[in-house]
Amino acid sequence: MIWNDEFETLPREALESLQAKRLQQVAERVYATVPFYKQQFDKAGVKPEKIKSLDDLRRLPFTLKQDMRDNYPYGLFAKPLDQIVRIHASSGTTGKPTVVGYTKRDIENWTELMARSFTAAGANRGDILHNAYGYGLFTGGLGAHYGAEKIGASVIPMSGGNTKKQLMIMQDFGSTVLTCTPSYSLYLAEAAAEEGLDIRKFKLRIGILGAEPWSEKLRNEIEEKVGIKAIDIYGLSEILGPGVGVECIEAQSGLHIWEDHFIPEIIDPISGESLPDGEQGELVITTITKEGIPMIRYRTRDITRIIAEPCICGRTHRRLERMCGRSDDMLIIRGVNVYPSQIESVLMDIEGVEPHYMLIVDREGTLDTLEVQVEVNEQTFSDEIKVLQGLSRRIEKEIKDLLGINCRIRLVEPKTIARSEGKAQRVIDNRPK
Amino acid sequence: MKVEQISIFIENKSGRLAEVARVLGEKGVNIRALSLADTSDFGILRLLVDNTDIAQTTLKENGFTVNKTEVVAVEVPDEPGGLCNILQVLDDAQVNVEYMYAFVERNAGNAVIIFRFDEVDNAIAVLNGKGVSILSGEKLYSL
Repeated sequence: MIWNDEFETLPREALESLQAKRLQQVAERVYATVPFYKQQFDKAGVKPEKIKSLDDLRRLPFTLKQDMRDNYPYGLFAKPLDQIVRIHASSGTTGKPTVVGYTKRDIENWTELMARSFTAAGANRGDILHNAYGYGLFTGGLGAHYGAEKIGASVIPMSGGNTKKQLMIMQDFGSTVLTCTPSYSLYLAEAAAEEGLDIRKFKLRIGILGAEPWSEKLRNEIEEKVGIKAIDIYGLSEILGPGVGVECIEAQSGLHIWEDHFIPEIIDPISGESLPDGEQGELVITTITKEGIPMIRYRTRDITRIIAEPCICGRTHRRLERMCGRSDDMLIIRGVNVYPSQIESVLMDIEGVEPHYMLIVDREGTLDTLEVQVEVNEQTFSDEIKVLQGLSRRIEKEIKDLLGINCRIRLVEPKTIARSEGKAQRVIDNRPK
Repeated sequence: MKVEQISIFIENKSGRLAEVARVLGEKGVNIRALSLADTSDFGILRLLVDNTDIAQTTLKENGFTVNKTEVVAVEVPDEPGGLCNILQVLDDAQVNVEYMYAFVERNAGNAVIIFRFDEVDNAIAVLNGKGVSILSGEKLYSL
């Protein structure tokens, strides 16, 4: 099913000319209304009226998360506060949060894009949508809520936490669609088992999961353990919140990014050079309809590639490969770039190994060390030491084969790695800064 | 005749062994014999108890990873050469021992040796063929 046939299947040529027109408008608008952008454009020597085609986008300067912090809280808003109807902020693990504001029309657009996303994911009127994204400053809860109401689903505004109650409501209310982080969906399955419940027997049929990078292997695990179709949804508060892109249930392969509202680019995260479609790099997004806080070439830090090939679902909007990690999460261990998701995929490949893991990075002398903590479960446990040591050695070897670095596996007792009810914390870096 | 043994994964952290002993004690499970194999990171605790099912359920409920394996309990005279005779029998028949541990019976003057074999049925056949005394679970738990 397609929510907005006209725009979601717009022929590429028409879509691109719409993008170019909207790009030109937004460039002029931010230059006129946001002092930061005027300064940035001037510094780069670009006049907004020179931005005429999509190729001209490359002439514009990047916007960084730090720029948002430097202009905290309202410095990047392009509309006066009397036109801002909603304010959200990122969790901001370090220092001040990043603040975003929405006009009434921004909220309408967001709702439209979430309605498209839910529909693409297979949710419909008649679904009972259990929304376990956090409500509050975080965009997940309310973003999903508005979109779900728009498609006519019955929304249960659960928010995060209180897992036992989540399970009770889910079972008693007959929830059919679950929205939360991928790691929380697994945690729900585990918690259900502890309560003596089989979550696969619940009425859940679809999980629309996002807010953290996850691998294809983890998807298989979730589909198996939770008994749902697991759909990847992408978003970030700086650009919109959830609903920037989503997988369609038809292909479950890459996330359609709504190109009538956003222009995606891929760049080399080190040099900042634009990369052609198909090459992996950092995702940069320009918002072309947003009023409250438009973003010009915002560096998302998410690592992906653009899939330009047409999709079987009929949507013409290009796809992003599922995020392989964040350039922020990228660890440099003995000079090798390591994403936690790569280690996750190795673990998922080994029969019986749990998807819960923790990476401990440290330094001994001048050498970086990597310890991977893996939980032992009934399937991998043996009464013979050689079997467990064989498991450790196998994981070490596969990580070495994939990444070229030596690591040390530490087997730990079940459920000792912290489960998260929000974004999973996978790395502890103890190296001196 | 095989005997059920439970094995428990134990991280090298203080208090974990005590925790196993505590939860079993609270359920009235008596430990007949034990062996602990350890590495730098973790240990495997192997137990023969008087009620394997209760022990396994209780430990699982308390978050431990537990599995059940079959071992063979052999009774030998508690005197010099007692162990050697058994091992010689096994060696002659090329039966491989994965691990073993032993304890002494309180009154009978015998030692009990617990063997973990890869090919357990073959091992039992060899021991039976040589007239070695193999203890049943019931007998062992009630010692």
